[in-house]
Amino acid sequence: MYARENKIAGWSLAVAMIALFIGGSMGPLQKLNYAGVNLYDTLNDIGLASYYQGLTLHAVLNALVWTTFFIVGFFTFALVRSLNMPLKMPWLNVAALIVMVIGLIMAAIPILLNLATVLFTFYPPLQANTFFYLGLTLVVIGSWMHGYGYYLTYWEWRKQNKGTRTPFIALAIIITMVMWQIATLGVAIEIIFLIIPWSLGWVEGTDPTLARTFFWFFGHPLVYFWLLPAYVSWYAMLPKQAGGKLFSEGLARLVFWLFLALSVPVGLHHQYLDPGVPAGWKAVHAMITFALFFPSMVTAFTVVASLEVGGRARGGTGLLGWIRALPWGDPSVTAQLLAMILFVFGGIGGLTNASYNLNLVIHNTSWVPGHFHLTVGSAVTLTFMGIAYWLVPAISGKNLWSRKVALWQGWTWFVGMILMSNGLHILGLNFSMPRRTMIGAAPYADPAWNPLLFEAMIGGLILGVSGLLFYANMLGTVLSRKKAETPVEMPVAESMDATPAPAWLDSWKPWMALTIVLILIAYGPILVDLISSAQFTSPGFTPW
Amino acid sequence: MHIDRTERTYMIIAGALIAVFFGLVVVSSLAYGIQVPAPEARVDPQTVATPGNSPWGDPIDERVRELAPGQYEAFILAQTWVFLPNVIEVPVGSTVTFQVTSKDVQHGFNLSGTNINMMIIPGQVSKLTATFNEPGEYAFICNEYCGIGHQTMFGRLIVTDEG
Repeated sequence: MYARENKIAGWSLAVAMIALFIGGSMGPLQKLNYAGVNLYDTLNDIGLASYYQGLTLHAVLNALVWTTFFIVGFFTFALVRSLNMPLKMPWLNVAALIVMVIGLIMAAIPILLNLATVLFTFYPPLQANTFFYLGLTLVVIGSWMHGYGYYLTYWEWRKQNKGTRTPFIALAIIITMVMWQIATLGVAIEIIFLIIPWSLGWVEGTDPTLARTFFWFFGHPLVYFWLLPAYVSWYAMLPKQAGGKLFSEGLARLVFWLFLALSVPVGLHHQYLDPGVPAGWKAVHAMITFALFFPSMVTAFTVVASLEVGGRARGGTGLLGWIRALPWGDPSVTAQLLAMILFVFGGIGGLTNASYNLNLVIHNTSWVPGHFHLTVGSAVTLTFMGIAYWLVPAISGKNLWSRKVALWQGWTWFVGMILMSNGLHILGLNFSMPRRTMIGAAPYADPAWNPLLFEAMIGGLILGVSGLLFYANMLGTVLSRKKAETPVEMPVAESMDATPAPAWLDSWKPWMALTIVLILIAYGPILVDLISSAQFTSPGFTPW
Repeated sequence: MHIDRTERTYMIIAGALIAVFFGLVVVSSLAYGIQVPAPEARVDPQTVATPGNSPWGDPIDERVRELAPGQYEAFILAQTWVFLPNVIEVPVGSTVTFQVTSKDVQHGFNLSGTNINMMIIPGQVSKLTATFNEPGEYAFICNEYCGIGHQTMFGRLIVTDEG
């Protein structure tokens, strides 16, 4: 069943994990450098030119490649099972994967040759080799093609199942892909109209403020593109694994629609300190960003309630006793529960970042990587690892190599991340230590930072070990000769509420209209203003 | 759609909490006069440092000006990988308006221990003001990646004790 879909999912996951292996291995090097152990001179001999080339690899491979490839693999696997229907045009999704891989190779070569040491944000007028931008564009276009394959399948399902509500997992997947389609228009416009002609020398200058604004049109919904697949698992799969049920499916659907409407019109909160953007528009985006916190608050309640149903069904009693009764021996569950705990702190820190005034203190300090290692680095990545603990056995038809190693992996990630993230948060908040900086070579580094830099290094090293445990387990599983006796199935949590969700939660028109109106309000006037006053005066620089 | 009573209460509280948080951000921003950089002026990054074109083209030691007793204006040019000027001295109690621009790539300007933190974008002027009532040395650090020497890019504001 679904052999073709499994193949697409399996290859996507393989690329994702290779990317995480290479990108992730840069992390401990960075933290060692912070604490005064500089390995970069040694690494010059094997072709790593600098801290910043390593940082570009770390960010692009982890945040873009690991996430995007894992997500399309997971979604391809889950969509067809949720709809109980194979892909309508599987060749389109195969082509999508091929386009993504070609794009990845095209972008990776300039990075590896030190021709694109522009970090993950590639802010002009830093100018990378053109193939870096073309490669990123192809990865995005490939992900769009995956989306089109999903939409066609969903459309076919709707035709065959008139009057039936879309299954929750399928609906959540389609909403996430539509949100991604809208969000990536920003970066596509930036790359195709502003950057590529400029990097090829067709035009002499570019406007960095306009480029930043298009980038962050994409940059914030990007984090929801990472997070929503984790939410799919937390809402609709994890409760089943924990013996529970989805507590309120209607609200879960509402949450996804709200993310569609609210994820995009918030990007200016990354540009609070931009001189070229009027304060009033920053305030508008601040307000919508706070509203965007609401669906995550609802998620916290619904997911915890769904887990509580499981904990009590497993014999847990008392106010908190059900937590102990959850299946902590199941590494897939444990990894995801620990991811959720870290996400609580990530969420609180996120509100700080969104606060127009508090952001002044932490903007571009190490507080920010401290924050997003709790979100994309834990809530998302540790959840994806937890998903992999059932998904890779399900795709490969083999048993997980070692449950024990997997449990250690989840806990070491948790402990390592607490140490590293705590150090980075405090260094940014109390000492304004800059982010994305080779601190080991910074003349202004203060001896007072040392204990926290050391703490962050220990955390980083533990995370490195945790990563190795993960890759070992994945390799051990895939390379095992023995087939599993009982095939692993996708866990799907039943809804507690037997009545189907109301029609307005299965209808695209009102939500798409709301999404478009909000984007037009939040971005229309400011983009018209920035485009009409654009000054294409910045030539490219390659200062690395 | 059925919503559990506890969850309904929780959602109301969560919504109210978010509204209160946002209200606090607005009120405190207004009460403390929080300023963020906003459109100030456009310049051409390729000619901004040419002498005679702009205050950033003036000799480095003339880029900090005393407008009135205790009122200073500092025109700082950011470039890979230095701020010019990178040492500024003012007496305690001074109010300094920083006007920073870049002649090449993007930079950052974070004056440790203050609310001065701004993106420095080529073509734009970033402007913020602060008053220094504590004598001492404040580092201004470039906090946006600007190339291989980014970690060496900083300057010092020395607030002298006038007596």
